Amino acid sequence: MTPVRTAVVATGQSDHGRRFDASMGEIAREAIDRCLGSRGLTFDDIDAVVAGNMEMFEGIYLVDQYLVGALGALDKPLYKLNTGGTVGASAALACYHLVASGRHKRVLGVGFQKQTEGSAQSAITTVGDPVWERAVMAGAIGNFATMASTYIAESGVTPEQAAKVAVKARRNACLNPHAHLQLPNITVEEVLESEMLAYPIHRLDFCPSSDGACAIVMAAESIAADHAEHPAWVHAVATSHDQQYMGDSPKRLAVMRSLQAATKKAYKLAGVTDPRHDFDVAELYEPASYAELAWYENVGFCPMGDGGKLIDAGVTLIDGDLPVNPSGGVLSTNPVGATAMIRVAEAANQVMGEAGEHQIPGVRRALATGYGGNAWSDVMILSRELPATAEVSA
Amino acid sequence: MSTQAQAFNREQAIRIEQQITLQYRFAAGHHASRFFTALRDEGKILATRDAEGNVMVPPRPVCGLSGLPMTEWVEVGPDGVLAGCTIVYVPFIDPMTGVQRPVPYGFGLVRFTGADTSIYHLLDATEPEQIGVGKRVEAVFKPREERTGSLADIRHFRMVD
Repeated sequence: MTPVRTAVVATGQSDHGRRFDASMGEIAREAIDRCLGSRGLTFDDIDAVVAGNMEMFEGIYLVDQYLVGALGALDKPLYKLNTGGTVGASAALACYHLVASGRHKRVLGVGFQKQTEGSAQSAITTVGDPVWERAVMAGAIGNFATMASTYIAESGVTPEQAAKVAVKARRNACLNPHAHLQLPNITVEEVLESEMLAYPIHRLDFCPSSDGACAIVMAAESIAADHAEHPAWVHAVATSHDQQYMGDSPKRLAVMRSLQAATKKAYKLAGVTDPRHDFDVAELYEPASYAELAWYENVGFCPMGDGGKLIDAGVTLIDGDLPVNPSGGVLSTNPVGATAMIRVAEAANQVMGEAGEHQIPGVRRALATGYGGNAWSDVMILSRELPATAEVSA
Repeated sequence: MSTQAQAFNREQAIRIEQQITLQYRFAAGHHASRFFTALRDEGKILATRDAEGNVMVPPRPVCGLSGLPMTEWVEVGPDGVLAGCTIVYVPFIDPMTGVQRPVPYGFGLVRFTGADTSIYHLLDATEPEQIGVGKRVEAVFKPREERTGSLADIRHFRMVD
């Protein structure tokens, strides 16, 4: 079977932040209405729905049942996923597969999280293996802090270089009306002086807890041009997992084996040979400042160990050679079930030329990544050009 | 009576408070049971090894790297090195007790001597200067009569370097 060439043709996001005014269904619907509304689409146009969140943040299981109405999924195939932090990207990948398989023409993907409703740190604890990991867990922050210590030992990256990432994210966020943390006057000094959460991670080195939702529509080649002037064509999708326990990867963060493996597969499919120059923009899933620097290395934007130099040179700033997270990234907005789909949606917006004030001029090709759980990676490559081959999945 | 939607005042939004307590009793399985029994009764750290020589803690039936069964048991540690480490300052509820852990506390990935993988555990350090990747640590066991057969039978890891 030859797959169908597939594109993102519409995206929509809720306002992200502390949304005590909106229920889970309402915030999901806010993103969906904006997504469908932007193209004059209705639920009648949607063949299937893929939804994703992490249930323990709200403590509501079977959200797909409670949100059938909000998701417009009555009498339609509705698939609910949870792959941890990656879930938004996994849902986007699932949308891709449902269209590329030829089964459906238009599929709606929705990622959502009301992260302020429960205890984020307690919810993260339930991610840990109950026998081996929960007894001593210190939440996402303790996990990222130990990863950062390994990365510092490997690369010699400095707190100042990490702080530059934190500053870049919150300043970029000021150009994104959906972003949660918009800090126009933030400085490197302010990041370094912010409260130490877990050494070496300061409060401003870390992502916030946000409420929010994101929606996308993926469409088949036969109709994609009906919905978007410049569809964001899927040129590669790839997923890689690592081993099961937190301590299984010898140099976590410094060497993110799953991200290296997923990007390697995706680059091969999309014909990317020089990622530093072959991409015009990237939306990387960076829950901490140090993570973004490590991802630069692991996705091949620079040699291993040179992540700090890339931010020092300003390459990844919004006006740099290869802007990373012009949306403000995860450091500015983290409704975890939506977060990885926001990466896909923002990358698609850049390719479609519809990113608004944070649009990078002349984007042809964009990279989006999702990160979750222990060390799982989703990768999607989107392009303005129709792919030469429809074989884009690994 | 008007049924028109009124402008919604976000400040007046109602929030419903609930508390859910769920209790579980997890089967550790025979690999973990053997590990915890040796830890409790003999103060030994056991790992599994495959035919390629990969030695893994936690012990497991199959090596994720080679795909080979891990049929051989070997003793590792009780000393090792830090593969990653931090000092935690943010208050965190201990999921085993429901009580907030006193901060600051040390936390890290310990690679036992003889093992290829690491486990997370607590460190007897409270200052960043005391810890570091590659530094040597040693397991501090609870007294035999306090050990129950869990990872908490190791009280923490003592900084040796």
